[in-house]
Amino acid sequence: MSRVIDAMPYARFLGLTVEQEAEVLTVTMPFSDHLIGNPMLPALHGGSTAALLEITAMAQVAESFPGMHLPRPINVSVAYLRPGRPQNVQARARINKAGRRVAHVLAEAWQEDEAQPIAALTAHFLLEDSF
Amino acid sequence: MDLPAIAPILPQLASGAAHTHALGFTYDSLDGDRVRIRVPWREDLVGDPEAGVIAGGVVTTLLDHVGGLAVWVALDNFKPLATLDLRVDYMRPARPRTDLIAEARCYRLTRSIAFVRAWAFEDAPDDPVAAAQSAYILTTARPERRSRAEAGE
Repeated sequence: MSRVIDAMPYARFLGLTVEQEAEVLTVTMPFSDHLIGNPMLPALHGGSTAALLEITAMAQVAESFPGMHLPRPINVSVAYLRPGRPQNVQARARINKAGRRVAHVLAEAWQEDEAQPIAALTAHFLLEDSF
Repeated sequence: MDLPAIAPILPQLASGAAHTHALGFTYDSLDGDRVRIRVPWREDLVGDPEAGVIAGGVVTTLLDHVGGLAVWVALDNFKPLATLDLRVDYMRPARPRTDLIAEARCYRLTRSIAFVRAWAFEDAPDDPVAAAQSAYILTTARPERRSRAEAGE
């Protein structure tokens, strides 16, 4: 249901699935053993959560700007707020501001409770196909 | 130059967890305080199938992970740590069907926080695909702060 996620081999590697309500995508990364980064706790690898956030933001930009090939991140900043437990993670992104060339996007990832995010992303995406 | 005590376990720290193993991360090298790991190109790690380049999320994970290794090198010890935050600038597209290397250096270490810079590239860090700046918290840096109730105050 998202052309970005459906076409991306790495999104399949992470097992991502997409739900859509109006224009808003909610992306789920189902728990799988191969996402574990710390076997002692155990906890998800922070990188897998960051990747979920980044792909969610990219897919949301693509959804909002259907003419683009693949939105290119200029930079992403991820804050890790809580350890990722061995459970499903969900993420949703919001385009905070879109100018002519650049979009500023915010995203959050959570597990059981959306009000208790495990990570938050701030990113800039280029809205033109040249870099 | 003597190898630091941490050196023999760096390969295990680079690829020993389920996620880093699944992504195919491998230890590359250590030069002073600069540590390198590699992710071999693989079809299922691609972001844009038309371009055939490794996905941004894999690069982010590689930079996050190599930063942790740089902290352990700076400590010359393995201690539990957690990434506090990570900022990645994507400077240019990666080359199609090409392995990526990431190098990190912990440039400041306090009792509880480690500050790291890292780069991802195919050949040399002065021509990076991406650059990262990150902070890590040493989760056992000091004794657990007890709540007032527990401390009997």
